Amino acid sequence: MSALLPLPVLLPLGGAALSIVVGRWRAAQRMVALAVLTSVAGVAVALLVAVDRDDVVATQAGDWYAPLGITLVADRFSAIMLLTAACALLAVDVYAIGQPGAERNHVGFQSVYLILSAGVAAAFLTGDLFNLFVAIEMMLTASYVLITLGGRLDQVRSGMTYVVISLIASVLFLAALAFTYAATGTINLADLAVRMGELPSGVRSALAGLLLVVFGIKAGLFPLFFWLPDSYPTAPAPVTAIFAGLLTKVGVYAIIRTQTLLFPGVLPTWLLLAFAAATMLVGVLGAIAQDDVKRILSFLIISSIGFMVMGLALFTVAGIAAAIVYMVHQVVIKTTLFLAGGMIEHTGGSSRLSRLGDMARTAPLIAVVFFVPAMSLAGIPPMSGFAAKFALLDSVAASREWWILGVAIAVSLLTLFSIAKIWLGVFWGQPDPAETTVAPGRPRPPALMVMPTALLVAATIVLGLAAGPLYDYCARAAGDLIDPAAYVTQVLGSGAP
Amino acid sequence: MSVVMAGTAAALFAIGTYLLLQRKLSRVIVGLGLLGHGANVLFVNSGRRGLPPIIGQGDPSDFADPLPQSLVLTAIVIGFGTTALLLALAYRSWLLTNDDEVEDDIEDRLVAGRGYSDLEVSDVALLVDEAEESDDIPRRRSTTGEPAVTGRER
Repeated sequence: MSALLPLPVLLPLGGAALSIVVGRWRAAQRMVALAVLTSVAGVAVALLVAVDRDDVVATQAGDWYAPLGITLVADRFSAIMLLTAACALLAVDVYAIGQPGAERNHVGFQSVYLILSAGVAAAFLTGDLFNLFVAIEMMLTASYVLITLGGRLDQVRSGMTYVVISLIASVLFLAALAFTYAATGTINLADLAVRMGELPSGVRSALAGLLLVVFGIKAGLFPLFFWLPDSYPTAPAPVTAIFAGLLTKVGVYAIIRTQTLLFPGVLPTWLLLAFAAATMLVGVLGAIAQDDVKRILSFLIISSIGFMVMGLALFTVAGIAAAIVYMVHQVVIKTTLFLAGGMIEHTGGSSRLSRLGDMARTAPLIAVVFFVPAMSLAGIPPMSGFAAKFALLDSVAASREWWILGVAIAVSLLTLFSIAKIWLGVFWGQPDPAETTVAPGRPRPPALMVMPTALLVAATIVLGLAAGPLYDYCARAAGDLIDPAAYVTQVLGSGAP
Repeated sequence: MSVVMAGTAAALFAIGTYLLLQRKLSRVIVGLGLLGHGANVLFVNSGRRGLPPIIGQGDPSDFADPLPQSLVLTAIVIGFGTTALLLALAYRSWLLTNDDEVEDDIEDRLVAGRGYSDLEVSDVALLVDEAEESDDIPRRRSTTGEPAVTGRER
């Protein structure tokens, strides 16, 4: 099974190279990309089955033994994130092929997109802090290209903010790596987990805080989120969708991984809960203030990050399990909502609320694919959002952190309000009569845009119906995270001389 | 870590941070480069000092720690790539605006002001430019090279 581990990274990288070679034939390029992403999803399923049987699967690239070599490791948490990411990447790529714009106008789109997926997979599978840095850089560098793909003025301006902020985070990450190496003499995650306990508590807190800041910037944690709603909405719809679905979640993944494996109990619960509460509140209040579909959704990304960190902060199996369920649900939901937002823009000609209206009558299909994930986001029962939010709130109640329970419920109601604002502006009502240029009607979105969005909508309903098995799996994953003994022995034991 | 190296890293971080806070894009890029080098110097110093780590030339216990050096090489290459990309972006920005100032986010101003809320984003960019031109700040000079093109037409 461990032979499968490098594939989610190597296949997209090979595919990226190949799609440059066949760049002249657009159809061949698309075939390569879709084949690669499908096989990555297949590998992810195989890995998921394998880790659920064996707990942890690890391999050492190049046969260097553990603390020095390039360690690739999958446990239940990384396997489910990899599978969710692979499905989202595949769906968005199909959507990008269908949408007039980004993918059709740029020869490099498919190869850059594949590099992005390789980076995401590498970030989930790496067992080494420095390779996590490399993986995140790989993913971000691809994202710099994707976000400025059109080269328009607004894209360059907001892309610049995005690149500069990300690079500052990378510099801080590098500094954190230097401090970690100086203190412990290793950067292998499993080895660090063993040695971290020998450090004085002050050094540990400093390292934990620094890494929290670094990944907090990537995840959009309060107060480090300002770049996100400025930069995400300017990119083409499929690009924004994949950023919204995956990139911030990679940051959250890194926060959960490092805080559970390296620094259990180092940062006080109230501190993380305070960050979580502030992130939720600021995100949702920001969303209410906006007048543009994509910007409202971008602020709701930030709000959802708060919920995940809240689950982590409790540091119980139930809390982390709920956080993982919520992450899986959010990847699917946010991707779907941004894809639906792209269809609104395609058909309505704009994403500003004041220019749109009455689309429930003129474009009922879009209304449906927007309505289902929107209700799921708000947490209405049959959908996955209900299960995820209920699990989170239940774990909070079990930990007796009543104040944040109140905050979370208030934020959920406000989320429903901001979603209702989009619904009223876009699907009901009429365009603002004072608007000088009412958006012209466009034909329905092409089938290739509708199909992947509809599949993701179906996925959120399935996730809601299969919430029981999903939660059980995530509870096992959270158990592994709280007690990383299997992870450590599997990584350090395999291939050691 | 020797005091000289620590001082070098500190100075690089200090200058980098100062430049990063400037409004001109070119200075921001130089600042980011310096910050990256500061982190690299810090990283090189996180390992043990000693002889060049070449097997067969002395006692391995006297060797410098080669791991941070190899990691820093990777980091330098990544930094090189991203700086090149950033410079290309800055050049594109200069082609479009004839300026390398970092602008405020227009949508933020819309929400803050609410007065412009019915206008398209690019229209507001023009409005802002007109306001600045009326303050006798020459912004849109004609270029000798490629003509400046505003946002949406591209």
